[in-house]
Amino acid sequence: MQIYLPIAEVSVNLFLLLGLGGLVGFLSGMFGVGGGFLITPLLLFIGVPPGVAVATGANQVVASSISGVLAQLRRKGVDFVMGSVLLIGGMIGSFIGVQIFAYMTALGQVDVFVQLSYVFFLGFIGVTMFWESARAIWRSQRQGAQQIRRAHQHSWMHSLPFKVKFRKSGLFISVLPPLALGACVGVLSAIMGVGGGFILVPAMIYLLGMPTKVVVGTSLFQIIFVTGFTTIMHAVNSQTVDMMLAFVLIVGGVIGAQIGSRMSTRLKPEQLRILLAMLVLAVSIKIALDLLLMPAELYSVTRLVLP
Amino acid sequence: MRALFFALALSVGPALAEESLVTGLSRDDVQITADFTGSDILVYGAVRRNSPAPQTPPLDVIVTLEGPSGPVTVRRKERIFGIWVNRAAVDLAEVPSYFAIASSGALDQILSPDDDLKHQISLERRMSVTKITGDAMDFADFLQATQRIGSAKGNYVTQHSGVKLAEDTLFRADFALPANLTEGDFTVRMFLLRGGRVIDTKEQTIDVRKTGIERQLSNMAHRQPLLYGILSLLLAAVAGWGASEMFRIWRR
Repeated sequence: MQIYLPIAEVSVNLFLLLGLGGLVGFLSGMFGVGGGFLITPLLLFIGVPPGVAVATGANQVVASSISGVLAQLRRKGVDFVMGSVLLIGGMIGSFIGVQIFAYMTALGQVDVFVQLSYVFFLGFIGVTMFWESARAIWRSQRQGAQQIRRAHQHSWMHSLPFKVKFRKSGLFISVLPPLALGACVGVLSAIMGVGGGFILVPAMIYLLGMPTKVVVGTSLFQIIFVTGFTTIMHAVNSQTVDMMLAFVLIVGGVIGAQIGSRMSTRLKPEQLRILLAMLVLAVSIKIALDLLLMPAELYSVTRLVLP
Repeated sequence: MRALFFALALSVGPALAEESLVTGLSRDDVQITADFTGSDILVYGAVRRNSPAPQTPPLDVIVTLEGPSGPVTVRRKERIFGIWVNRAAVDLAEVPSYFAIASSGALDQILSPDDDLKHQISLERRMSVTKITGDAMDFADFLQATQRIGSAKGNYVTQHSGVKLAEDTLFRADFALPANLTEGDFTVRMFLLRGGRVIDTKEQTIDVRKTGIERQLSNMAHRQPLLYGILSLLLAAVAGWGASEMFRIWRR
């Protein structure tokens, strides 16, 4: 059954879209990520124009993040102070990102730019996560080797001004690193249509030294607002949010997320992480190949003003 | 109706209009709904004569169906530092979003280049270069690429014997509009030819519009973008919250 998408102006199979939403929802339920990094390339693949894919991807991430943050809220896993600081950074970043996106669109380099961002960030995160979880699995097999872990280490971050107490996270650090981190994620969100959870979560643990139990909730909290802001910015600047497309993806995602989170209880965290790492790497390698291999069609046609 | 034909016949002039077209369409509007999968259009007509038909040169008919047009940029990728990046670009004016051409014979045999230029019948003649950026002096390649990509998407269609001509008098052409249409006025142009020269033309329009929810969403996205953005978020919020609640009830 075909469905005509009013903004994308393409007709797509309804069940294919539901399936895509379901697949992404399944992964997001299983791994606790928004899944934006998958939905945008998949939408591009089925023929949705890049602008619509990025903007609608951001809208879909809002829904999955809200669903996730409500679950985390019940476990008291959200640091609102830290979330708000990240958020302010995120808004600034998102604003800059939308401008970059518009600039790159005008230059005609937006696809390459988005692809390069994907290869670079997904590649980096994939390799890091793979390495880290592979070590964890290896370590757990070699019993007895106890890990020494300090509460937090003093680094250059502690000498920065504007220190704030983040009670939930048990941190007393400058607001500057979380602001900068939030801004980076905001830029990515606008350019790649992703929530940035895959960057934010490791950065919060390893850079800011936040405890793991508040990381997922806090990152989801900030992602809701950053992707929400991005959605509105794209809706106003380029009118590329397709509500019909978003709705179908969200419906599929809701069902997928439930199945995914049931599945996740059957696997160990390290195994989950290594699977996610492999998935992230696979997406990144696929996009890298598209950039490196000679494309079948060298030319592309962009309509300037939609009649 | 008869008065109209009479007026048309007079306006073209008796010297040229020994033969003229009388045409009709199976429909003059197409409504794009959520389950729109395309639409069939039948263009039919007859050749009207004051005197018996001449035997030579042969009679031919060309019918074009054209969607709303606008400027496009065609870019060509080049390898830079190992990756394929858009470099040279050609801007084209008035490129149709959809273009179908049907004829009673191969175009190059029934249509003279002069008349193609004069009446801008074929797709090549519809497009004109407005700007060249970078190393794109070979802009003919860019024009060809535009047609190739359009054909691959099913937006540009050529039917070499798409016009069925009966007894040199009646003709019909069938078009199947694809599902991924851009809304707007679609123009049907019909050309009557003898020996490569155009002897009469007719033009009609088909109104292609989104309707129902498609129309409302599209209008709102363009007219009230901020409200549309907020509504999209609300939709996401309700869906996200609903999913979380459903999940909680299910778990109990």
